[in-house]
Amino acid sequence: MAESDSRPIVSLRDVHKSFGKVEVLKGVSMDVPKGGVVCIIGPSGSGKSTLLRCINALVPIDSGSIRVADFDVHLLTTDKDRLALRREVSIVFQQYNLFPHKTALENVMMAPVYVLREPREQVRERAIALMKKVGLAAKQDAYPGELSGGQQQRVAIARSLAMRPEVMLFDEVTAALDPETVKEVLNTIRELAAEGMTCMLVTHEMRFARELADTVYFTDGGIIVESGPPAELFDRPKVDRTRAFLSQIL
Amino acid sequence: MSARASPSTDLPVLLPDAARLARRAAAERRTGSPLLSLRAEHGFALFAVFAVGCGIAQAQAGADQPSILATIWKWTPLLLRGFVFNLAISFVAMAVGTALGVLLGFGLLSPRRPVKRGAWLATNFFRNAPWLVLLFYCMFLLPFQVTIFGVTIPLPDWVKATLGLALPVMANVAEILRGAMQSIPTAQWESAASLAFSRRQTLWMIILPQCVKRMLPPWMNLYAILTMATVLASIVGVNEMMTLTRQALSAENRPGLLLSFYSYVLLWFFVYCYPIARWTVRLEARYAVNV
Repeated sequence: MAESDSRPIVSLRDVHKSFGKVEVLKGVSMDVPKGGVVCIIGPSGSGKSTLLRCINALVPIDSGSIRVADFDVHLLTTDKDRLALRREVSIVFQQYNLFPHKTALENVMMAPVYVLREPREQVRERAIALMKKVGLAAKQDAYPGELSGGQQQRVAIARSLAMRPEVMLFDEVTAALDPETVKEVLNTIRELAAEGMTCMLVTHEMRFARELADTVYFTDGGIIVESGPPAELFDRPKVDRTRAFLSQIL
Repeated sequence: MSARASPSTDLPVLLPDAARLARRAAAERRTGSPLLSLRAEHGFALFAVFAVGCGIAQAQAGADQPSILATIWKWTPLLLRGFVFNLAISFVAMAVGTALGVLLGFGLLSPRRPVKRGAWLATNFFRNAPWLVLLFYCMFLLPFQVTIFGVTIPLPDWVKATLGLALPVMANVAEILRGAMQSIPTAQWESAASLAFSRRQTLWMIILPQCVKRMLPPWMNLYAILTMATVLASIVGVNEMMTLTRQALSAENRPGLLLSFYSYVLLWFFVYCYPIARWTVRLEARYAVNV
């Protein structure tokens, strides 16, 4: 953990969310300090991805509160406010979702140029630096269709970073990748964390979670079953459900 | 994403064909109308009919009459002038229809219910009405001139006919646009939103550019269909190729010219539409792999 502020940068209180009759989140609370790295693990359908989507207002919540930096996310009503929030919180998706009609570099440049309205030349320089940072300097003129999954995912990370967010959300970013390319993506995230970026990851990479996270949350059935430092949660889980889950996958 | 175009059969022998058929089915779903499948063989067959027609007519011709080919050659400049008129009608109808169709297509996807409903009604009415009926409707219900702010603009028959043909084009373009926009994964919207793009920016910078590529093949297909439909204008008296052919035939007043002349007209349309159809198929195949 880098310089950790006393006030958490992300703070969730008793967040509830239903899709129709299915209650996906049943009162989730957590705090993430600035520069902190948080991993959320748990079985599929336990609401992990929804949780991340709630944090940058892609999904509106039913009750509870979410505070990110200076935004009360649950109180944002206009599109304009939501867009302002998303400049601070960026999300990287499992399926990369790059824009297929633009080159890798253009993908990285688009949002700063058109959303932040920064001068194109400056953005270009920064984008080239970001591409170098994720190890894809040679691929900047390639189209997403010409890149491997791992490369696309790293471009997606660079694209998010170009917005200079305060918080990065990673939604199972390695789930669609083959084992070899997982490593290159995880290395990129590792570097980010080392630089003090606040990261929240939904992941199935337990080894990675253990190595990188300050706090690991285990979710199941829409609630946080157990949380704690990785050494504790992985080695001495207190709750049976956690133990059962870990014994399945470790 | 490639899964969409991937063949759905477990039998390896069927794979080459399955891939082709799946692609075609996907294309037709996008187009909303069957893809024109003009092939070179069709051209040869057409030419054969033309040759036989000429042969029969030649056999019936008197000794003092000029040969069939010479007769056709004599009329060709006039017929081609008519053909160029057909093409002009097709260009204008396509341009007008596309412009209106894009607007109507946005209407189809509008989040506002009344707009959506209205656009849906218009699209379905004009897509499903017979083209000839729309043509008659425009011919006889539009005035021969309109006066706007004291300026009188004449509406000649061909303008009205073009408008009549633009209506079904409009509805089909709207449907093509809707199909293309819905074929863009919603993840693209989500991804753009997460990067703080507004809805409007997302539409113009991210969704529509991807649509253009997907719309091009069905749009070209529609154009080829429209070109062939321009001869309908002959029924309402526009001086295009069919009308002129009929006039040429009555001027010649010789038996047996019918088959050769009309297959000659068909040949011209084939020569024009065949490259478009081939190109459409090529683009379809390329985008099916690439998208």
